Amino acid sequence: MKRETMINALLALGLLAVPLWALIADEPFYITLATRVAIFALAGVGLNIAIGLGGLVSFGHAAFFGLGGYAMGVLASHAQSYTPMMEWPFLIEGSNSMPVIWITAVIASGLAALVIGALSLRTAGVYFIMITLAFGQMLYYFTISWPAYGGEDGLSIYIRNGFPGLNTLDPIQFFAITFVILGLALVFSTLLAKSPFGLALNAARQSSERVETIGITPYRLRLTAFVISGMITGLAGALFADLNRFVSPTMFSWQTSGEIMVFIILGGTARLFGPVAGAALFIALEQVLGGLSDYWHIYLGLLLLCVVLFARGGIIGTLAGEEARHD
Amino acid sequence: MTDPVLSVRGISKSFGALKASDDVNLDLQPGEIHALIGPNGAGKSTLIKQIAGGLRPDSGQVHFLGKDVTLLSTVARARMGLARTFQISSLAMEDTVLQNALLGALGAQGKPFRFFHPVLKDSALRDIAETALSRVNLLDHATMRTSELSHGQRRQLEVAVALTLNPKAFIMDEPMAGLGTSGSQNLTTFLDELRHEAPILLVEHDMDAVFALADRISVLVYGKIIATGSVDEIRAHPEVRRAYLGEDA
Ligand SMILES: Nc1ncnc2c1ncn2[C@@H]1O[C@H](COP(=O)(O)OP(=O)(O)OP(=O)(O)O)[C@@H](O)[C@H]1O
Ligand SMILES: [Mg+2]
Repeated sequence: MKRETMINALLALGLLAVPLWALIADEPFYITLATRVAIFALAGVGLNIAIGLGGLVSFGHAAFFGLGGYAMGVLASHAQSYTPMMEWPFLIEGSNSMPVIWITAVIASGLAALVIGALSLRTAGVYFIMITLAFGQMLYYFTISWPAYGGEDGLSIYIRNGFPGLNTLDPIQFFAITFVILGLALVFSTLLAKSPFGLALNAARQSSERVETIGITPYRLRLTAFVISGMITGLAGALFADLNRFVSPTMFSWQTSGEIMVFIILGGTARLFGPVAGAALFIALEQVLGGLSDYWHIYLGLLLLCVVLFARGGIIGTLAGEEARHD
Repeated sequence: MTDPVLSVRGISKSFGALKASDDVNLDLQPGEIHALIGPNGAGKSTLIKQIAGGLRPDSGQVHFLGKDVTLLSTVARARMGLARTFQISSLAMEDTVLQNALLGALGAQGKPFRFFHPVLKDSALRDIAETALSRVNLLDHATMRTSELSHGQRRQLEVAVALTLNPKAFIMDEPMAGLGTSGSQNLTTFLDELRHEAPILLVEHDMDAVFALADRISVLVYGKIIATGSVDEIRAHPEVRRAYLGEDA
């Protein structure tokens, strides 16, 4: 077995072992931590398709994370107050069913990614980073100033949404949902990287000119990748909102975009399990350092600096050595 | 005379005060190799960019397969069957040799929006890619990373990618550069046959190759075509000897 595959397997087992141990030891807090890791990793898997495969450094993925969150918040708040979302021209009611919420989250963030991507992808480099950032901030201020759904205070949902056949309030069952979704996203991400689309997208990252010369338009590849990427991050947002049973404009803030990017950089850009490793380390640091000092982000910053300067491949790259993502 | 596959009509292009193309007329007939020669900085690559797309001329037109393509994108021209190789390789350096060839096959097939089936297991694409690689003697290097190839091998890979497109015309910018003597001889033999598949507009500094291959030669100096003719005509042309072959008149 290749070294990276082994590391990936260990990471997956580790992410499964912690909550199982916590279940036996009756420490539900650690189940919640593992759930956060799975959800953050999922958000990172989404962003990694844009950054790692497409070379599209989006600093606005909070937009999709937040839209996923608000898809949950809006649907569930209507369900909990028994008020329809819309009565005319046709009736739309709220919902507290996870599958319905997920589909809504994925569609909403996909549409947003289509619009944001269509405009931002006309630029590149620093301009692209700035424009995606600006779109994220626009949504942030919009939700703050939109009183119908809690404005600045956000929205609380009293009961976690349901999934047929499961008790989602049981931490381990909710963890299982997020773990399975993360697994599916990772499988999809692997297939994508090896597919004809992945080959072309990855080539466009390296040389636009090359891709044009063989008769494929890089813009279309990138827009498609951006939409897929936004959808996955949006789904993570819906799960995150359900974990907390709370949504607020913070989900849209640039800090959220930055954190999702940090997962990828820490774990290893363009590495399949990079976001998993990065999210796990992030949560571990938050627990350990956060307990020692309120300013733990300073240490996180130092660590990031070291990774960028000395270990470009992140955790996975350092452990697995020479990259081998296309064979 | 038959209709030309490609024809450049009165193209001019300036960069500030510099005239990189100055009323250039040029055509490419079916089955021929038309060599474009000229000293460094004469404007050969700039002309190619205007033919293949990527740079719009200030005036003049490019016709390909009887159609005015002056305003079409690089992608649209490639899809019509115009294959270009670069002077400075623009391959996907992190990818393997095979992946670069597969990319060409994928472009020719025109269906890149497939997300689930591994491209390496697509036997139709693989056949095209591997055939092209073996034609330029790169099949043994298929699994090598492109950045590990020598400069000459990268040129060969450029040619292989162009082959996967099964084009109506080739435009090659210095494919021999960095190949070494035996490499150039092999490629010369290969291009000699290739002209029967599609005509070639060949920019080349290697005069042995040019004189061996060209049906016609055009000489570009300071953005202007100063002569077009057969190998013998160009060899004997006094202005060419003075301006380009570096001889005293
Ligand atoms: N985008 C540009 N802006 C300004 N000047 C340019 C640009 N592209 C090319 N030039 C100039 O146009 C002239 C022609 O360049 P070009 O690359 O076409 O020459 P060439 O004949 O291909 O030379 P070589 O044999 O060295 O490849 C050069 O003086 C070059 O500096
Ligand atoms: Mg040149």
